[in-house]
Amino acid sequence: MSRIEFMQGNIACAEGALAAGCSFFGGYPITPSTEIAEHMAKKLPKLGRTFIQMEDEIASISAIIGASWTGARAMTATSGPGFSLMMENLGYAIMTETPCVIVNIQRGGPSTGQPTMSAQGDMMQCRFGSHGDISIIALTPSSVQEMYELTVKAFNLADRFRCPVFVMSDETIGHMRERITIPDEVEITQRKPLLKGRLPFEPEDDMIPGFPVFGEGHRVHVTGLTHDMRGYPDTTNHETHATLVKRLVNKIESKKYEIADYDLVNPEAEVVFVTYGPATRTVRQLMKNRSDLKIGHLNLRMVWPFPEKLLYEFENAKAFIVPEMNLGQISREVERHTDVRVVSVPKIGGEIHTTEELLKAMEDFI
Amino acid sequence: MTGDVSDWYRHDRMPHIFCTGCGNGTVINCTLNAVNEMGWDIDNTIFVSGIGCSSRSPGYIVTDSLHTTHGRALAFATGVKMAKPEFNVVVFTGDGDLSAIGGNHFIHACRRNINMTVVCMNNMIYGMTGGQGSPCTPVGAISTTTPYGAREPVFDLAELAVAAGANYSARWTSYHVKELTKAIKTGMETTGLSFIEAMTQCPTSFGRRNKQRKVTDMIDHMRTHSILLSKKRRMEESGEKVPDDLFTVGEFVRRYRPALGVVEE
Repeated sequence: MSRIEFMQGNIACAEGALAAGCSFFGGYPITPSTEIAEHMAKKLPKLGRTFIQMEDEIASISAIIGASWTGARAMTATSGPGFSLMMENLGYAIMTETPCVIVNIQRGGPSTGQPTMSAQGDMMQCRFGSHGDISIIALTPSSVQEMYELTVKAFNLADRFRCPVFVMSDETIGHMRERITIPDEVEITQRKPLLKGRLPFEPEDDMIPGFPVFGEGHRVHVTGLTHDMRGYPDTTNHETHATLVKRLVNKIESKKYEIADYDLVNPEAEVVFVTYGPATRTVRQLMKNRSDLKIGHLNLRMVWPFPEKLLYEFENAKAFIVPEMNLGQISREVERHTDVRVVSVPKIGGEIHTTEELLKAMEDFI
Repeated sequence: MTGDVSDWYRHDRMPHIFCTGCGNGTVINCTLNAVNEMGWDIDNTIFVSGIGCSSRSPGYIVTDSLHTTHGRALAFATGVKMAKPEFNVVVFTGDGDLSAIGGNHFIHACRRNINMTVVCMNNMIYGMTGGQGSPCTPVGAISTTTPYGAREPVFDLAELAVAAGANYSARWTSYHVKELTKAIKTGMETTGLSFIEAMTQCPTSFGRRNKQRKVTDMIDHMRTHSILLSKKRRMEESGEKVPDDLFTVGEFVRRYRPALGVVEE
């Protein structure tokens, strides 16, 4: 049995986290993500789990990383300015292979920008914002239902890959209220434990080491410095560094088609929309309005790692049209992977694309 | 009062990276003696640190440990302790790590009065980065970023911990080995946040530039320039002038305000 509710996107995110077994939330209030923290503050203590409001976003991500080492499923939620503050410790979580979930309900930037308006301006920041070479998993819901499901998925991917995972949503989906079906139970992927006799950062065949939970006698030293498989600093050995960082990137990149999450519609079409988040809804409306036109659609629920081979499924494509609520961050990524013409349809200011705008972008090709 | 603490050391990581004459080893030893006297279990004790010389300490201790980012040790430790209050959590930090970049986390950890122990090795300088001025560099002292003598007033970390709400605050030096060990242990016994500031010598980055090139010069300076808090208060009450170049040592506060991160019975 499942239950049907009418729910706000941010609440669906919190509910998804609770269902996934999130046992630690550390956060700092920021519009338009606050309902997530508020809901967690209300629910977690009653379940015997931990909510703590930290002094800033740097402290929030620090706390969830600390909690994760005790075996907790840990999460924080924020928006652009807070997200920027988290970048250093994001790298720490990657380097130390700490599972955690970071939700970004994006708003207009740069700087304080438009706190109550929607945007997708942090897509490149989540990919490249932290220093050093990294790979990242970023999920992008386009409905309240997906907000719930992708939050659950974020926890599972974080535990499976021993890495931080983003839910890169936005004000539109975060504050939208719509019908949602909530299952009684969700699938939960367990963190792989560290087996006796293995080192805490010794990769198994899947390039991922078992996780040495604190307090279980592993006596592990965790450091953000370049480290060997014992976890001991080894900062000036170029081979240690190259081997470690390449593995951290490849453990995700090598599995990208296995974990890619998308809808691929009308692969024979000549004009193809590539979307994530709110624009997905506009494209679907357009396809409904203009069933006379053959419109291809690649909807990405996971933008990073970027699944470029999916573009090749559209063999007749004359154009990839990428509407997004920034000045063309992911359209550039599409462009990087295809010889076909890529049309960016940027829109900033806080409003989502209209079907007319998308139709206009198609005009040259129909 | 010292016992055998060799079980707590990570022997395969020796030798350590601290400079000859550094005071950090003394403070680590004092801390491990306190831990040993507390009878804490190695597998139930977590050491956390930020970045800097002091923050390399957990790497030489055989427990589970987190060597985190600059200034953030207390925020990481808060996550560990709040997620698992059964753990004994000890934070090693330095004056720059704790009071400059980590100042906000410091006052809020004290305000929350989280049930853990913070040992700050205050060597009055950024040692690892090569001798730049910190918020604890004394007025007039030479560092690479205060080549004409530091001009900014220093933070009194032990007093700051009291004002911000910690249940225990004390300051000693690497000269006062017994007092320091006892203070750390008392801090560990006191529920809530216990803050122990350990003044330490840094002959390499501080002493060399400030006419205290020899380790003994620095230790002797700490011995002759520290004044017991109670003595200072007595002098002030009797109207006696307390020399400006003295710093206070002793217990600044021990109280029993409500704390966070306490195991519920």
